[in-house]
Amino acid sequence: MKYVIIGNSAAAVGCIEGIRKTDKSGEILLISDEKYATYSRPLISYWLSGKVVDKNMFYRPENFYEKNNVKTLLGVKVTAIDSASKVLTISDGSKVSYENLLVGTGSRPFVPPIEGVNECKNAVTFLNWDSAKQLKAMINEQSNVIVLGAGLIGLKVAEGLAGHVGTLTVVEMAPQLMPSVLDEAGATILQKHIEKSAVRFVFGDSAAKVQANELTLSSGKKLAFDVLVVAAGVRPNVELVRDAGGKVGRGIVTDDKMTTSLDNIYAAGDNVEAIDIVTGTRHIMALLPNAYMQGETAGINMAGGDAEFSKAMPMNAIGFFGMPMVTAGSYDGDEYVEKGEENYKKLVFKGDRLVGYIIINDVDRAGIYTALIREKIDLKGVDIELLKQRPQLMLFGKADRKRILAGGGIAE
Amino acid sequence: MKKVYAIEEYCLACHLCEYYCGFSHSGEQSMVKAYKKGSPQARIQVEEGSEVNFALNCRHCDNPICVKSCITGALTRGDDGVIRINTDKCVGCWTCVMSCSYGAIVRGHDEKKVALKCDLCTENGDTPACVEGCPNRALVFEDRGDAK
Repeated sequence: MKYVIIGNSAAAVGCIEGIRKTDKSGEILLISDEKYATYSRPLISYWLSGKVVDKNMFYRPENFYEKNNVKTLLGVKVTAIDSASKVLTISDGSKVSYENLLVGTGSRPFVPPIEGVNECKNAVTFLNWDSAKQLKAMINEQSNVIVLGAGLIGLKVAEGLAGHVGTLTVVEMAPQLMPSVLDEAGATILQKHIEKSAVRFVFGDSAAKVQANELTLSSGKKLAFDVLVVAAGVRPNVELVRDAGGKVGRGIVTDDKMTTSLDNIYAAGDNVEAIDIVTGTRHIMALLPNAYMQGETAGINMAGGDAEFSKAMPMNAIGFFGMPMVTAGSYDGDEYVEKGEENYKKLVFKGDRLVGYIIINDVDRAGIYTALIREKIDLKGVDIELLKQRPQLMLFGKADRKRILAGGGIAE
Repeated sequence: MKKVYAIEEYCLACHLCEYYCGFSHSGEQSMVKAYKKGSPQARIQVEEGSEVNFALNCRHCDNPICVKSCITGALTRGDDGVIRINTDKCVGCWTCVMSCSYGAIVRGHDEKKVALKCDLCTENGDTPACVEGCPNRALVFEDRGDAK
Protein backbone atom coordinates (compact mmCIF):
# COMPACT_ATOMS: atom_id res chain seq x y z
CA MET A 1 0.00 0.00 0.00
CA LYS A 2 1.23 3.50 -0.78
CA TYR A 3 -0.11 6.26 1.39
CA VAL A 4 0.24 9.94 0.66
CA ILE A 5 -0.54 12.61 3.24
CA ILE A 6 -0.97 16.26 2.34
CA GLY A 7 -0.25 18.39 5.41
CA ASN A 8 2.09 18.08 8.36
CA SER A 9 0.15 19.08 11.45
CA ALA A 10 -2.07 17.23 13.94
CA ALA A 11 -4.27 15.46 11.35
CA ALA A 12 -1.21 14.24 9.45
CA VAL A 13 0.53 13.00 12.59
CA GLY A 14 -2.67 11.29 13.76
CA CYS A 15 -2.91 9.64 10.33
CA ILE A 16 0.67 8.35 10.46
CA GLU A 17 0.17 6.96 13.95
CA GLY A 18 -3.16 5.45 12.86
CA ILE A 19 -1.66 3.74 9.81
CA ARG A 20 1.28 2.36 11.78
CA LYS A 21 -1.04 0.71 14.33
CA THR A 22 -1.70 -1.96 11.74
CA ASP A 23 0.50 -1.43 8.72
CA LYS A 24 4.14 -1.28 9.78
CA SER A 25 5.67 -1.45 6.31
CA GLY A 26 3.47 0.35 3.76
CA GLU A 27 5.12 3.33 2.08
CA ILE A 28 4.08 6.69 3.52
CA LEU A 29 4.90 9.96 1.76
CA LEU A 30 4.08 13.24 3.49
CA ILE A 31 3.90 16.46 1.48
CA SER A 32 3.75 19.88 3.11
CA ASP A 33 4.26 23.44 1.90
CA GLU A 34 5.93 24.30 5.21
CA LYS A 35 9.61 23.45 5.55
CA TYR A 36 9.48 22.50 9.25
CA ALA A 37 9.20 19.12 10.89
CA THR A 38 5.77 18.82 12.48
CA TYR A 39 5.32 21.57 15.06
CA SER A 40 2.47 22.69 17.26
CA ARG A 41 0.48 25.48 15.62
CA PRO A 42 -1.21 26.51 18.89
CA LEU A 43 2.25 27.26 20.32
CA ILE A 44 3.09 30.10 17.94
CA SER A 45 1.74 32.73 20.35
CA TYR A 46 3.80 31.17 23.16
CA TRP A 47 6.82 31.32 20.87
CA LEU A 48 6.06 34.96 20.06
CA SER A 49 6.04 35.84 23.75
CA GLY A 50 9.27 33.91 24.34
CA LYS A 51 7.63 31.41 26.69
CA VAL A 52 8.39 28.53 24.31
CA VAL A 53 11.77 28.25 22.59
CA ASP A 54 12.42 26.77 19.13
CA LYS A 55 13.28 23.26 20.29
CA ASN A 56 10.03 22.92 22.23
CA MET A 57 7.88 23.91 19.25
CA PHE A 58 8.00 20.42 17.78
CA TYR A 59 4.90 18.26 18.13
CA ARG A 60 6.81 14.99 17.89
CA PRO A 61 10.40 13.92 18.64
CA GLU A 62 13.13 14.51 16.06
CA ASN A 63 13.19 10.86 14.95
CA PHE A 64 9.42 10.73 14.37
CA TYR A 65 9.49 10.34 10.58
CA GLU A 66 12.39 7.92 10.67
CA LYS A 67 10.84 5.81 13.40
CA ASN A 68 7.56 5.61 11.51
CA ASN A 69 9.26 5.08 8.17
CA VAL A 70 7.78 8.20 6.58
CA LYS A 71 9.32 9.99 3.60
CA THR A 72 8.76 13.72 3.50
CA LEU A 73 8.52 16.22 0.70
CA LEU A 74 8.64 19.62 2.40
CA GLY A 75 8.38 23.13 1.00
CA VAL A 76 6.27 22.16 -1.99
CA LYS A 77 2.57 22.41 -2.62
CA VAL A 78 0.14 19.92 -4.10
CA THR A 79 -1.65 21.80 -6.86
CA ALA A 80 -4.10 19.18 -8.13
CA ILE A 81 -5.58 15.78 -7.38
CA ASP A 82 -6.52 13.50 -10.23
CA SER A 83 -8.77 11.07 -8.40
CA ALA A 84 -9.40 8.87 -11.44
CA SER A 85 -5.73 8.05 -12.07
CA LYS A 86 -4.76 8.61 -8.39
CA VAL A 87 -2.02 11.06 -9.22
CA LEU A 88 -1.08 14.36 -7.55
CA THR A 89 0.51 17.29 -9.30
CA ILE A 90 3.20 19.06 -7.25
CA SER A 91 4.16 22.73 -7.50
CA ASP A 92 7.60 21.82 -8.85
CA GLY A 93 5.91 20.13 -11.79
CA SER A 94 6.47 16.56 -10.65
CA LYS A 95 3.77 13.91 -10.24
CA VAL A 96 3.18 11.60 -7.29
CA SER A 97 0.90 8.59 -7.29
CA TYR A 98 -1.05 7.28 -4.31
CA GLU A 99 -3.24 4.37 -3.37
CA ASN A 100 -4.80 6.03 -0.33
CA LEU A 101 -4.66 9.79 0.20
CA LEU A 102 -5.22 11.98 3.25
CA VAL A 103 -6.03 15.63 2.69
CA GLY A 104 -5.02 17.47 5.85
CA THR A 105 -4.64 20.89 4.34
CA GLY A 106 -5.99 22.84 7.31
CA SER A 107 -7.05 26.43 6.92
CA ARG A 108 -5.70 29.82 5.96
CA PRO A 109 -6.27 33.27 7.45
CA PHE A 110 -9.31 35.16 6.28
CA VAL A 111 -8.60 38.77 5.34
CA PRO A 112 -11.82 40.79 5.13
CA PRO A 113 -12.27 43.09 2.14
CA ILE A 114 -11.05 46.23 3.89
CA GLU A 115 -10.01 49.09 1.62
CA GLY A 116 -6.21 49.23 1.36
CA VAL A 117 -5.47 46.17 3.49
CA ASN A 118 -3.78 44.17 0.74
CA GLU A 119 -1.51 47.07 -0.15
CA CYS A 120 -0.51 47.75 3.47
CA LYS A 121 3.06 46.53 4.03
CA ASN A 122 2.80 46.46 7.82
CA ALA A 123 -0.38 44.38 7.94
CA VAL A 124 0.09 40.69 8.75
CA THR A 125 -1.93 37.61 9.64
CA PHE A 126 -1.11 35.06 12.33
CA LEU A 127 -1.58 31.34 11.77
CA ASN A 128 1.70 29.53 11.24
CA TRP A 129 5.25 29.71 12.53
CA ASP A 130 6.48 31.81 9.60
CA SER A 131 3.77 34.39 10.21
CA ALA A 132 4.82 34.56 13.88
CA LYS A 133 8.44 35.05 12.81
CA GLN A 134 7.40 37.78 10.41
CA LEU A 135 5.44 39.56 13.13
CA LYS A 136 8.27 39.26 15.65
CA ALA A 137 10.67 40.88 13.17
CA MET A 138 8.29 43.84 12.72
CA ILE A 139 7.79 44.85 16.34
CA ASN A 140 9.83 46.69 18.93
CA GLU A 141 9.08 48.05 22.39
CA GLN A 142 7.68 51.27 20.99
CA SER A 143 5.38 49.71 18.37
CA ASN A 144 1.74 50.63 18.34
CA VAL A 145 -0.06 47.46 17.41
CA ILE A 146 -3.69 47.00 16.41
CA VAL A 147 -5.21 43.54 16.32
CA LEU A 148 -8.36 43.12 14.24
CA GLY A 149 -10.53 40.51 15.90
CA ALA A 150 -10.99 39.45 19.55
CA GLY A 151 -11.50 35.77 18.83
CA LEU A 152 -9.13 33.03 19.89
CA ILE A 153 -6.35 34.01 17.47
CA GLY A 154 -6.66 37.75 18.08
CA LEU A 155 -6.46 37.38 21.85
CA LYS A 156 -3.58 34.90 21.62
CA VAL A 157 -1.65 37.37 19.44
CA ALA A 158 -2.36 40.08 22.00
CA GLU A 159 -1.08 37.85 24.78
CA GLY A 160 2.04 36.98 22.80
CA LEU A 161 2.76 40.66 22.12
CA ALA A 162 1.92 42.06 25.56
CA GLY A 163 4.99 43.47 27.25
CA HIS A 164 6.96 43.45 23.98
CA VAL A 165 5.29 46.42 22.28
CA GLY A 166 4.30 50.01 23.09
CA THR A 167 0.53 49.98 22.82
CA LEU A 168 -1.87 47.18 22.03
CA THR A 169 -5.41 47.75 20.81
CA VAL A 170 -7.87 45.01 19.87
CA VAL A 171 -10.78 45.96 17.60
CA GLU A 172 -13.78 43.64 17.57
CA MET A 173 -16.96 43.94 15.58
CA ALA A 174 -19.09 42.16 18.21
CA PRO A 175 -19.97 43.89 21.50
CA GLN A 176 -17.75 41.43 23.45
CA LEU A 177 -14.61 39.37 23.13
CA MET A 178 -14.67 35.72 21.95
CA PRO A 179 -18.26 35.97 20.72
CA SER A 180 -18.33 32.42 19.38
CA VAL A 181 -16.98 30.85 22.59
CA LEU A 182 -18.08 32.95 25.58
CA ASP A 183 -21.33 34.44 26.80
CA GLU A 184 -21.51 38.07 27.88
CA ALA A 185 -20.85 37.42 31.57
CA GLY A 186 -17.82 35.25 30.89
CA ALA A 187 -16.50 37.68 28.30
CA THR A 188 -16.74 40.58 30.76
CA ILE A 189 -14.68 38.74 33.39
CA LEU A 190 -12.02 37.84 30.83
CA GLN A 191 -11.97 41.35 29.37
CA LYS A 192 -11.37 42.96 32.78
CA HIS A 193 -8.56 40.51 33.39
CA ILE A 194 -6.87 41.15 30.04
CA GLU A 195 -7.21 44.92 30.42
CA LYS A 196 -4.98 44.70 33.50
CA SER A 197 -2.14 43.88 31.09
CA ALA A 198 -2.55 47.19 29.24
CA VAL A 199 -4.54 45.79 26.34
CA ARG A 200 -7.17 48.23 25.10
CA PHE A 201 -10.41 47.03 23.49
CA VAL A 202 -12.68 48.70 20.96
CA PHE A 203 -15.96 46.80 20.62
CA GLY A 204 -18.81 47.15 18.18
CA ASP A 205 -16.62 48.68 15.50
CA SER A 206 -14.75 47.36 12.50
CA ALA A 207 -12.03 48.30 10.07
CA ALA A 208 -13.20 50.31 7.07
CA LYS A 209 -9.99 51.61 5.54
CA VAL A 210 -6.29 50.96 5.98
CA GLN A 211 -3.60 53.47 5.02
CA ALA A 212 0.13 53.22 5.66
CA ASN A 213 -0.06 53.92 9.39
CA GLU A 214 -3.68 54.75 9.98
CA LEU A 215 -6.76 52.64 10.42
CA THR A 216 -10.17 54.17 9.88
CA LEU A 217 -13.02 52.40 11.63
CA SER A 218 -16.59 52.14 10.41
CA SER A 219 -17.58 54.67 13.07
CA GLY A 220 -15.20 57.17 11.47
CA LYS A 221 -12.76 56.96 14.35
CA LYS A 222 -9.09 56.91 13.31
CA LEU A 223 -6.36 54.89 15.02
CA ALA A 224 -2.63 55.17 14.30
CA PHE A 225 -0.58 51.99 14.11
CA ASP A 226 2.87 50.66 13.30
CA VAL A 227 1.76 47.07 12.89
CA LEU A 228 -1.70 45.74 12.06
CA VAL A 229 -2.51 42.10 12.77
CA VAL A 230 -5.56 40.80 10.92
CA ALA A 231 -7.11 38.03 13.04
CA ALA A 232 -10.57 37.88 11.53
CA GLY A 233 -10.90 34.12 11.39
CA VAL A 234 -9.86 31.40 8.98
CA ARG A 235 -11.11 29.70 5.84
CA PRO A 236 -10.72 25.96 5.22
CA ASN A 237 -8.44 24.81 2.40
CA VAL A 238 -10.99 22.78 0.47
CA GLU A 239 -10.01 23.65 -3.10
CA LEU A 240 -7.96 20.53 -3.90
CA VAL A 241 -10.88 18.27 -3.07
CA ARG A 242 -13.49 20.54 -4.61
CA ASP A 243 -11.55 20.84 -7.87
CA ALA A 244 -11.18 17.07 -7.97
CA GLY A 245 -14.97 16.81 -7.83
CA GLY A 246 -15.31 16.01 -4.12
CA LYS A 247 -18.25 17.12 -2.04
CA VAL A 248 -17.68 20.32 -0.10
CA GLY A 249 -20.03 22.25 2.16
CA ARG A 250 -18.60 24.64 4.71
CA GLY A 251 -15.65 22.28 4.79
CA ILE A 252 -14.82 19.01 3.06
CA VAL A 253 -17.68 16.58 3.66
CA THR A 254 -16.65 13.24 5.17
CA ASP A 255 -18.39 10.37 6.89
CA ASP A 256 -17.47 9.01 10.33
CA LYS A 257 -14.65 7.01 8.78
CA MET A 258 -13.23 10.28 7.41
CA THR A 259 -13.70 9.24 3.80
CA THR A 260 -14.60 11.98 1.35
CA SER A 261 -17.03 11.50 -1.52
CA LEU A 262 -14.03 10.53 -3.68
CA ASP A 263 -12.69 6.96 -3.70
CA ASN A 264 -9.52 6.38 -1.67
CA ILE A 265 -9.41 10.01 -0.51
CA TYR A 266 -9.76 10.82 3.17
CA ALA A 267 -9.76 14.20 4.89
CA ALA A 268 -9.15 15.35 8.45
CA GLY A 269 -8.55 18.52 10.43
CA ASP A 270 -9.55 22.16 10.12
CA ASN A 271 -10.53 21.69 6.46
CA VAL A 272 -13.29 19.22 7.32
CA GLU A 273 -16.85 19.74 8.48
CA ALA A 274 -18.21 17.26 10.99
CA ILE A 275 -21.43 16.58 12.83
CA ASP A 276 -21.50 18.32 16.20
CA ILE A 277 -22.85 15.61 18.51
CA VAL A 278 -24.47 18.20 20.78
CA THR A 279 -26.49 20.11 18.20
CA GLY A 280 -26.55 17.54 15.38
CA THR A 281 -25.54 20.21 12.87
CA ARG A 282 -22.62 20.05 10.47
CA HIS A 283 -19.88 22.59 10.90
CA ILE A 284 -16.13 22.97 11.10
CA MET A 285 -14.75 22.39 14.59
CA ALA A 286 -11.20 23.54 14.12
CA LEU A 287 -9.57 22.13 17.23
CA LEU A 288 -6.32 20.27 17.56
CA PRO A 289 -7.84 17.29 19.43
CA ASN A 290 -10.46 16.83 16.70
CA ALA A 291 -7.81 17.10 13.99
CA TYR A 292 -5.64 14.44 15.62
CA MET A 293 -8.50 12.03 16.23
CA GLN A 294 -9.93 12.51 12.74
CA GLY A 295 -6.48 11.93 11.27
CA GLU A 296 -5.94 8.83 13.38
CA THR A 297 -9.35 7.48 12.36
CA ALA A 298 -8.54 8.08 8.69
CA GLY A 299 -5.15 6.38 9.10
CA ILE A 300 -6.61 3.26 10.69
CA ASN A 301 -9.19 2.99 7.90
CA MET A 302 -6.65 3.69 5.16
CA ALA A 303 -4.63 0.74 6.47
CA GLY A 304 -7.66 -1.53 6.25
CA GLY A 305 -8.81 -1.22 9.85
CA ASP A 306 -12.19 -0.14 11.10
CA ALA A 307 -12.45 3.10 13.07
CA GLU A 308 -15.01 5.85 13.45
CA PHE A 309 -14.80 9.35 14.81
CA SER A 310 -18.29 10.39 15.70
CA LYS A 311 -17.82 12.45 18.84
CA ALA A 312 -16.84 15.87 17.60
CA MET A 313 -18.07 18.86 19.52
CA PRO A 314 -16.85 22.37 20.05
CA MET A 315 -14.56 22.70 23.05
CA ASN A 316 -11.79 25.00 24.10
CA ALA A 317 -9.18 24.89 26.80
CA ILE A 318 -7.44 28.19 26.63
CA GLY A 319 -5.88 30.58 29.06
CA PHE A 320 -5.16 34.27 28.69
CA PHE A 321 -2.68 36.14 30.86
CA GLY A 322 -2.78 33.42 33.50
CA MET A 323 -6.57 33.12 33.62
CA PRO A 324 -7.58 29.58 32.60
CA MET A 325 -10.81 28.86 30.84
CA VAL A 326 -12.52 25.75 29.55
CA THR A 327 -15.69 25.60 27.47
CA ALA A 328 -17.55 22.78 25.74
CA GLY A 329 -20.74 21.95 23.90
CA SER A 330 -23.73 24.20 23.34
CA TYR A 331 -25.16 26.97 25.54
CA ASP A 332 -28.74 26.46 24.47
CA GLY A 333 -30.74 25.08 27.42
CA ASP A 334 -31.45 25.52 31.13
CA GLU A 335 -28.63 27.26 32.94
CA TYR A 336 -27.02 26.81 36.31
CA VAL A 337 -24.69 29.74 37.01
CA GLU A 338 -22.14 30.59 39.70
CA LYS A 339 -20.46 33.94 39.29
CA GLY A 340 -17.78 35.77 41.24
CA GLU A 341 -15.31 38.59 40.54
CA GLU A 342 -12.90 36.34 38.69
CA ASN A 343 -14.70 33.00 38.72
CA TYR A 344 -17.44 31.87 36.47
CA LYS A 345 -19.22 28.59 36.00
CA LYS A 346 -22.17 27.98 33.76
CA LEU A 347 -23.64 24.54 33.25
CA VAL A 348 -26.24 24.12 30.52
CA PHE A 349 -28.79 21.32 30.73
CA LYS A 350 -31.29 20.04 28.20
CA GLY A 351 -33.78 17.56 29.60
CA ASP A 352 -31.79 14.95 31.46
CA ARG A 353 -28.47 15.80 29.85
CA LEU A 354 -25.62 18.20 30.33
CA VAL A 355 -25.05 19.83 26.93
CA GLY A 356 -22.51 22.54 27.61
CA TYR A 357 -20.43 24.49 30.08
CA ILE A 358 -18.21 27.50 30.53
CA ILE A 359 -15.70 27.55 33.38
CA ILE A 360 -13.32 30.40 34.07
CA ASN A 361 -10.54 29.91 36.61
CA ASP A 362 -11.49 26.80 38.58
CA VAL A 363 -11.19 24.38 35.68
CA ASP A 364 -10.03 21.40 37.75
CA ARG A 365 -11.43 18.06 36.59
CA ALA A 366 -13.61 19.71 33.93
CA GLY A 367 -13.10 16.61 31.79
CA ILE A 368 -15.76 14.85 33.85
CA TYR A 369 -18.28 17.43 32.60
CA THR A 370 -16.91 17.04 29.06
CA ALA A 371 -17.42 13.28 29.26
CA LEU A 372 -21.03 13.71 30.44
CA ILE A 373 -21.68 15.77 27.30
CA ARG A 374 -19.63 13.65 24.88
CA GLU A 375 -21.15 10.36 26.05
CA LYS A 376 -24.66 11.86 26.31
CA ILE A 377 -25.05 10.53 29.84
CA ASP A 378 -28.61 10.38 31.13
CA LEU A 379 -28.47 12.30 34.40
CA LYS A 380 -31.51 10.61 35.92
CA GLY A 381 -29.20 8.22 37.76
CA VAL A 382 -26.73 10.81 39.04
CA ASP A 383 -26.66 13.21 41.97
CA ILE A 384 -27.30 16.58 40.33
CA GLU A 385 -26.36 18.55 43.44
CA LEU A 386 -22.93 16.94 43.48
CA LEU A 387 -22.65 17.58 39.76
CA LYS A 388 -23.32 21.29 40.25
CA GLN A 389 -20.89 21.52 43.17
CA ARG A 390 -17.86 20.40 41.20
CA PRO A 391 -16.92 17.74 38.65
CA GLN A 392 -16.51 14.51 40.63
CA LEU A 393 -17.02 10.80 40.12
CA MET A 394 -18.95 10.60 43.39
CA LEU A 395 -21.99 11.85 41.49
CA PHE A 396 -22.45 8.41 39.92
CA GLY A 397 -24.27 5.54 41.60
CA LYS A 398 -22.29 2.68 43.12
CA ALA A 399 -22.42 0.29 40.16
CA ASP A 400 -21.41 2.92 37.61
CA ARG A 401 -18.73 4.22 39.95
CA LYS A 402 -17.21 0.77 40.30
CA ARG A 403 -16.93 0.40 36.56
CA ILE A 404 -15.54 3.91 36.14
CA LEU A 405 -12.95 3.53 38.88
CA ALA A 406 -11.78 0.32 37.22
CA GLY A 407 -11.06 2.32 34.08
CA GLY A 408 -14.19 1.24 32.25
CA GLY A 409 -15.19 4.72 31.10
CA ILE A 410 -18.03 7.08 31.94
CA ALA A 411 -20.38 5.48 29.41
CA GLU A 412 -21.67 1.97 30.00
CA MET B 1 -0.48 -4.06 32.80
CA LYS B 2 -0.49 -3.39 36.51
CA LYS B 3 -2.49 -0.35 37.57
CA VAL B 4 -3.65 1.21 40.81
CA TYR B 5 -7.22 0.37 41.81
CA ALA B 6 -9.27 1.80 44.65
CA ILE B 7 -11.50 -0.26 46.90
CA GLU B 8 -13.98 2.30 48.10
CA GLU B 9 -15.33 0.14 50.93
CA TYR B 10 -11.92 0.35 52.65
CA CYS B 11 -11.02 4.00 52.06
CA LEU B 12 -10.87 6.05 55.27
CA ALA B 13 -10.29 9.35 53.45
CA CYS B 14 -7.10 9.79 55.46
CA HIS B 15 -5.42 11.32 52.40
CA LEU B 16 -2.14 9.54 53.18
CA CYS B 17 -1.98 8.38 49.54
CA GLU B 18 -1.87 12.03 48.52
CA TYR B 19 0.96 12.76 50.96
CA TYR B 20 2.99 9.77 49.81
CA CYS B 21 2.39 10.64 46.17
CA GLY B 22 3.50 14.24 46.69
CA PHE B 23 6.60 13.09 48.53
CA SER B 24 7.42 10.45 45.95
CA HIS B 25 7.46 13.11 43.22
CA SER B 26 9.20 15.81 45.29
CA GLY B 27 12.73 14.63 44.59
CA GLU B 28 13.50 14.83 48.32
CA GLN B 29 14.98 12.00 50.37
CA SER B 30 12.98 12.64 53.51
CA MET B 31 9.25 13.20 53.77
CA VAL B 32 9.68 15.76 56.54
CA LYS B 33 12.07 17.74 54.39
CA ALA B 34 9.76 17.53 51.39
CA TYR B 35 6.82 18.95 53.29
CA LYS B 36 8.91 21.56 55.11
CA LYS B 37 9.97 22.99 51.75
CA GLY B 38 6.39 23.48 50.63
CA SER B 39 3.55 21.17 49.83
CA PRO B 40 4.49 18.80 47.05
CA GLN B 41 1.41 18.20 44.96
CA ALA B 42 -0.20 14.80 44.70
CA ARG B 43 -1.16 13.12 41.42
CA ILE B 44 -3.84 11.15 43.22
CA GLN B 45 -6.99 12.71 44.64
CA VAL B 46 -9.35 11.48 47.34
CA GLU B 47 -13.04 12.07 46.79
CA GLU B 48 -14.99 12.19 50.03
CA GLY B 49 -18.66 11.32 50.03
CA SER B 50 -21.35 11.05 52.64
CA GLU B 51 -21.05 7.27 52.74
CA VAL B 52 -17.93 6.24 50.86
CA ASN B 53 -14.58 7.66 49.86
CA PHE B 54 -12.11 6.65 47.23
CA ALA B 55 -8.83 7.74 45.71
CA LEU B 56 -8.42 8.28 42.01
CA ASN B 57 -5.39 8.63 39.76
CA CYS B 58 -4.71 8.15 36.05
CA ARG B 59 -6.35 5.03 34.59
CA HIS B 60 -3.59 4.75 31.94
CA CYS B 61 -6.23 4.22 29.25
CA ASP B 62 -5.38 2.03 26.26
CA ASN B 63 -6.96 4.66 24.06
CA PRO B 64 -5.90 7.83 25.87
CA ILE B 65 -7.87 10.88 24.84
CA CYS B 66 -5.51 13.14 26.82
CA VAL B 67 -2.52 12.04 24.72
CA LYS B 68 -4.45 12.49 21.49
CA SER B 69 -5.65 15.92 22.59
CA CYS B 70 -2.35 17.28 23.89
CA ILE B 71 -1.48 20.33 21.79
CA THR B 72 2.28 20.20 22.37
CA GLY B 73 3.08 16.50 22.33
CA ALA B 74 3.99 16.63 26.03
CA LEU B 75 1.75 13.68 26.88
CA THR B 76 2.84 10.31 25.56
CA ARG B 77 1.96 6.66 26.06
CA GLY B 78 5.08 4.53 26.47
CA ASP B 79 5.59 1.00 25.19
CA ASP B 80 4.97 -0.08 28.79
CA GLY B 81 1.47 1.44 28.61
CA VAL B 82 2.29 4.16 31.11
CA ILE B 83 1.09 7.63 30.18
CA ARG B 84 3.64 10.27 31.10
CA ILE B 85 3.98 14.00 30.81
CA ASN B 86 7.07 15.86 29.72
CA THR B 87 6.81 18.94 31.93
CA ASP B 88 9.41 20.79 29.82
CA LYS B 89 7.03 20.68 26.87
CA CYS B 90 3.76 21.32 28.74
CA VAL B 91 2.54 24.93 28.60
CA GLY B 92 -0.39 24.51 30.98
CA CYS B 93 -3.17 24.99 28.41
CA TRP B 94 -5.27 22.39 30.31
CA THR B 95 -6.61 20.68 27.19
CA CYS B 96 -5.87 17.40 28.99
CA VAL B 97 -7.85 18.58 32.02
CA MET B 98 -10.74 19.33 29.67
CA SER B 99 -10.42 15.93 27.98
CA CYS B 100 -9.84 13.38 30.74
CA SER B 101 -13.13 11.66 31.58
CA TYR B 102 -11.83 10.75 35.04
CA GLY B 103 -10.60 14.18 36.04
CA ALA B 104 -7.29 12.50 36.78
CA ILE B 105 -4.90 15.16 35.50
CA VAL B 106 -3.90 17.74 38.09
CA ARG B 107 -3.01 21.38 37.48
CA GLY B 108 0.39 22.17 38.96
CA HIS B 109 0.31 25.10 41.36
CA ASP B 110 3.99 26.01 41.40
CA GLU B 111 5.50 28.69 39.16
CA LYS B 112 5.82 26.26 36.24
CA LYS B 113 2.04 25.77 36.11
CA VAL B 114 2.18 22.53 34.14
CA ALA B 115 -0.02 19.44 34.18
CA LEU B 116 0.86 16.68 36.66
CA LYS B 117 -0.23 13.09 36.50
CA CYS B 118 0.34 9.63 37.91
CA ASP B 119 3.34 7.83 36.39
CA LEU B 120 2.83 4.70 38.53
CA CYS B 121 6.09 5.66 40.30
CA THR B 122 7.98 3.80 37.57
CA GLU B 123 10.97 6.06 38.20
CA ASN B 124 11.00 5.48 41.93
CA GLY B 125 10.29 1.87 42.70
CA ASP B 126 8.19 -1.21 42.10
CA THR B 127 5.00 -0.47 43.96
CA PRO B 128 3.50 3.01 43.62
CA ALA B 129 3.96 5.13 46.75
CA CYS B 130 0.20 5.65 47.19
CA VAL B 131 -0.39 1.90 47.38
CA GLU B 132 2.57 1.35 49.71
CA GLY B 133 1.41 4.10 52.01
CA CYS B 134 -2.26 3.20 52.23
CA PRO B 135 -2.88 2.02 55.81
CA ASN B 136 -6.11 0.18 55.06
CA ARG B 137 -5.35 -1.57 51.77
CA ALA B 138 -7.90 0.60 49.98
CA LEU B 139 -5.49 0.85 47.06
CA VAL B 140 -4.13 -2.16 45.24
CA PHE B 141 -1.62 -2.48 42.41
CA GLU B 142 -2.58 -5.34 40.16
CA ASP B 143 -3.04 -6.56 36.62
CA ARG B 144 -6.71 -7.00 35.89
CA GLY B 145 -6.21 -7.76 32.22
CA ASP B 146 -7.49 -5.49 29.52
CA ALA B 147 -9.96 -3.09 31.07
CA LYS B 148 -12.10 -1.41 28.45
